Order: sequence, then structure tokens, then C-alpha cells
Amino acid sequence: MAGLGPKRLGKELTKITNNLPPGITLVSADNLEEWYLDIKVLDQNPLYAGQTYRLKFKFSNSYPIEAPEVTFVKLDNRPIPMHPHIYSNGIICLDLLGSQGWSPVQSVESVCMSIQSMLTGNTKNERPPGDEEFVRGNRQRPRDIAFYYHDNTV
Amino acid sequence: MSNFDVFDDQPDDDPNAISYKTDKTKGVTFDVSYKVYDPDDIRRQQDEMIDEVNMILAMSKEDAAIILRHFRWNKERLIDGYMDDSPKVLEAAGLGPSVTESPKLESISGFMCDICCEDEDGLLTFAMKCGHRYCVDCYRQYLNQKIREEGEAARIQCPSDGCHRIIDSRSLDLLVTADLRSRYRELLNRTFVEDKDTLKWCPAPDCANAVECGIKKKDLDKVVPTVACNCGYRFCFGCILSDHQPAPCELVKRWLKKCADDSETANWISANTKECPKCNSTIEKNGGCNHMTCRKCKHEFCWMCMGLWSEHGTSWYNCNRFEEKSGTDARDAQAKSRVSLERYLHYYNRYANHEQSARLDKDIYQKTEKKMVQLQTASGMSWIEVQYLNTASQALQTCRQTLKWTYAFAFYLARNNLTEIFEDNQKDLEMAVEALSEMFEKPIAELADAKLKVDIMDKTAYCNKRRVILLDDTADNLATGRWSFNVDLKSAAGRR
Repeated sequence: MAGLGPKRLGKELTKITNNLPPGITLVSADNLEEWYLDIKVLDQNPLYAGQTYRLKFKFSNSYPIEAPEVTFVKLDNRPIPMHPHIYSNGIICLDLLGSQGWSPVQSVESVCMSIQSMLTGNTKNERPPGDEEFVRGNRQRPRDIAFYYHDNTV
Repeated sequence: MSNFDVFDDQPDDDPNAISYKTDKTKGVTFDVSYKVYDPDDIRRQQDEMIDEVNMILAMSKEDAAIILRHFRWNKERLIDGYMDDSPKVLEAAGLGPSVTESPKLESISGFMCDICCEDEDGLLTFAMKCGHRYCVDCYRQYLNQKIREEGEAARIQCPSDGCHRIIDSRSLDLLVTADLRSRYRELLNRTFVEDKDTLKWCPAPDCANAVECGIKKKDLDKVVPTVACNCGYRFCFGCILSDHQPAPCELVKRWLKKCADDSETANWISANTKECPKCNSTIEKNGGCNHMTCRKCKHEFCWMCMGLWSEHGTSWYNCNRFEEKSGTDARDAQAKSRVSLERYLHYYNRYANHEQSARLDKDIYQKTEKKMVQLQTASGMSWIEVQYLNTASQALQTCRQTLKWTYAFAFYLARNNLTEIFEDNQKDLEMAVEALSEMFEKPIAELADAKLKVDIMDKTAYCNKRRVILLDDTADNLATGRWSFNVDLKSAAGRR
């Protein structure tokens, strides 16, 4: 099957090139497989003030039926944000990105906004429990990891 | 999340609940009542309940199925809940308010699909009653992804974000191909059995049957609910392991864990090591003198008498001391741990022996079939006339299985005045089984002897009878709580 991706991603790209919500900027979208976006947290949350974070979107053939793979990327001036649901290797534990929480109506833009608000609402300067071990041992793709959403308050 | 999502799901009046039968005419104590269903029965059961709800609540069959699944097929609770607050129940089940009538495929001018952004004229679209409309291609791919990749069936929601409308089978039929549809039905059947605590799949390979039994988890310290599927496989309804009567599930769990930890290692340790009298570390003496210094606690002792080395004075390398106080104590402690190990090994060896024999069951059975053919030619007996060998073989297998577990049972059994009866029963069965086993393995020439045939038939009947007596006795005492165990059975009953 050719996949629904091309047309849909094309439309999304047109839209976000012209118009993105504040704090979100498109870095690159050279092909229909991997896009990079920068996000900032806009309020004065001391955990994230003045920082910019880079997100990598990987689209499979089944996008948007299947969720994209979204992770933070670490660069010299782009750290991995501190958050109890974000591992230090950039993997994000967010139900929206798993098969249960994903809806094909979601988009790159809506995912960015969700992550932005997930950061905005956070007050804990910590990594998920077992971060070190997970980062050392994990070879799975993010979507294959059975995250246990043990805490819905953050 | 609504409070309709979790139920403890035990029907209050349970027609299949086990009665601890004391009435011998009705059957034996260790039997539980159960029913075996084949895939057609399972489908029929669902259909019947769907029809019923369809009539009582006047809703379509598709909706009735969805709401029944939501209530995990507990019809009484469904009807109660529905009568109480039908909008709330419908919403929670994924049957929220309808926006459009009877869903069908249609093309709508000026429509753009929110999933693929396709907007050409004549695009076929579909929406469930929630009104969230997408093009047919996207809907199909979405369903394919859910059913094929994620193995989801009973709770496939509308693709729209935040819409909890559940896809019904009629909509599904409109959208997907036949093979996906049959996969969907298969998954639904699976959830039907898995949703009901009174139903379990037969664990035998390639068996598609399910067994219904009313035994509840909290009763598993009182009864060992062995069921036999029509495929011939006998298993425990409580823990799905193969038949482990007379030992209750909790003991079986502990025993298997213990065996996985110990056994082989324990054998070697018992033969080659002693424990430090102070910290009980296991020590292997691989040469050298009798003056031992424990690596772990630095305790110095004599390997021969296990007493304090300091009390040996200057009589090195030669333990000539007798009955030093510290030595006796240490030997006592060691003897105790050795006794406990020996006790375990006593039961383990017997358990393992029967397990070994049970593992050869398949072999024996195949040999039996061959024997039966040979015997027919050797003796001129008919097929029917040699069936006694098959019966004997089956009796051997079942009895060995039971015997095996009597040893695990006995390991945890605390001695009281009933244990002697149990041990006598165990001994009788064991002797009978070994005797039958011996006859059974005789060469064909001897088997052709009519007297041996009668002997085997008698012994087979005797074995089966001894097994029933043993199981009857153990089950009876278990149900009435007259056994005492050296572990707590209750601790784990109720959870799995």
C-alpha cells in the first residue's frame, strides 16, 4: 500500500511552514521520513527558562494511522529537558505517542503542543525512576516499549 | 474514567459453584462440576446473551454486543446499571449519543479527510454514529492496524481524538475484507473467554475448547479443581497447570519454585559440604587439615567434630576430642539443617521419579498401541479384546501423575493423626502402580496368557480405586480444613 503519508505530510508541512504556534519552530523537513523541530517553554518555568529543545519526528509508512516516533535530540546547545517522563537519552513516555493514546487526527503540530504543555506543567527537576538502567539497557524502538503510565499527574 | 469500568465480576448466584459433596452417591469429593465448550458453543453462548439483551433493552444486536463486552458479559449487572442511568452506561460502554443514523458508505461533496487530507470529488467516506467522518481508505487502514498489528477487537475506538465510540461489527463488515473480519471474530471470542472468570481456555496445544467451572480463587485452599477437556487433557482450573491433585495450587506453586531453586545443587551440597557452625555458610573442604577458618565470619572450628578450634588446644591435625559442649551444639544445628535437606530430597526424589515416568507416558502409550497389534496376531484376540492394555496404560499415567503430587503434598504436610492414613493410602497406591507397571511391561508371549490378562484388568481396576480413595480422603480433609500445612495456604489464595 502506498500509504497515506505523502499527501498528509505535505499538507502538514505547508501548514507549519507558514504558521506555527509560539515557541515552536520548524528546523528541517527535507524528506517525508524525518523532521526536526525546536520547542521552547514560554512561561517562566525555572526548569526550562531560556532553553531550546530539539525534537526529532520519525514517520513510518503507516503514519498517521500509526503514531510517529518522537524523541528529544541532544546537541551542544540543545539539552534533553529534565522531566519525570523524559529519559536522559531523549525517549519520551507520553500516552499520546503509544498505540492506545494515539489518534490519526493528531498531527506534528498537536504533538509539539502536547509536549510543550507537558513541560510547562512540570515542577519536578528529576528523571523517571530507573532512568540510568533504562538508558544503558534499552535497544528497543520507543513505540515497542510498554511504558507503564504510572503517574498521570505530571 | 468512569466507574463502570471495573467489576469484580463474580455472579452472586453461581449455578456451577462447587459443592463439597458429602453425598457419596452423587460422585466423589474431589470432583468439581464443569462443562467443556467447543468454539461453536462459545459463539452460540455469546449470540444467546446478545439476543437476550437485544430483546430486553430493545437495542440493536451490535450495540448489545458492545455493551455486554463492556460489562464483561455480566447480564444482571448490565441490566441493573442500564435501568439506573442508561445515558451514563451507554457513554461508558462507547455508545454515546448518536449524531447520524445507520452508518453507510457515502461520498459527500466538499469533504476533506482529516487523516490523509484527501479531498477529491466522489471520495467514499464513512462515519459511525458519533459523526466523525473519514475516508474509507483511512478507516480501513486504521482498522487493519488495530486488528492485525495491535490485536485489538472489543475496544476499537473511533479514530477521532478523544471520541470513545466503539466500532460495531456491522460497521466493521462494511469496511474490511473477509479475512480481517474472521480475525476480528476470533479476537472477540478470545476476549469473551478471557473476560469471564468462570471460563478458561484448555491449555493443551492446538485445542480450541474452553472449560467453564464455578470455582472461585478464594476457594483454592479448599479444593483442587481438576477438569478434563474433551481433548483428553486434564488440568487444574485454578492455575492452568496440568492436573496436580491432591496438592492445592499454592503448594504446587511453592513446590515448583523450590524445585527450580534446589534439587540438583542440593544433592551435591548434601554429599560434599558442611556448614559453618556459626554463620551456616556452606563450606567444601577440598584438602588440608581439620583446622577450618570460615572465610565469611572467621569462625575457627574443627572439621571433624565441628567444635571450637580453641578447645582443641595443641592436638592439631587430629581430632581426638569427644563430646565437647560446643561441638555437640554445632553438630545438632548442622544435623537439623541436614535433616531438613534430607527430608526435602526424600520427597523430591520420589516426586521426580514419578515425573520421569510420566514423561515417558507418551512412549508407553505408543508402545501399547504396537503391543496391542502384536498381541492380536500372537493370540488371535480381537481389537476389542486387547483394549484392556490401553486402559491399563491410561490408569498408569493418571495414577503416576497423582502419586507425583502426593509427594509434593506430603512435603508441606504437617504431621497430625490424619497423615498416617494419607501415607498408607499413598503406599497402597504406589505398590499397586508398581505392580501394574511390572505386569504391563511383560513380553508379548506372556501377555497372551489369559490369566495375566485377568490379573492386569484386576490390577488396573484396583489402581483406579486406590487413586479415588486417596483423592477422596485428601480432598475431604482439605475442604473441611483438617489438614495442617507447614506453610500458609491462605497467604496467596485470592491472588494469582
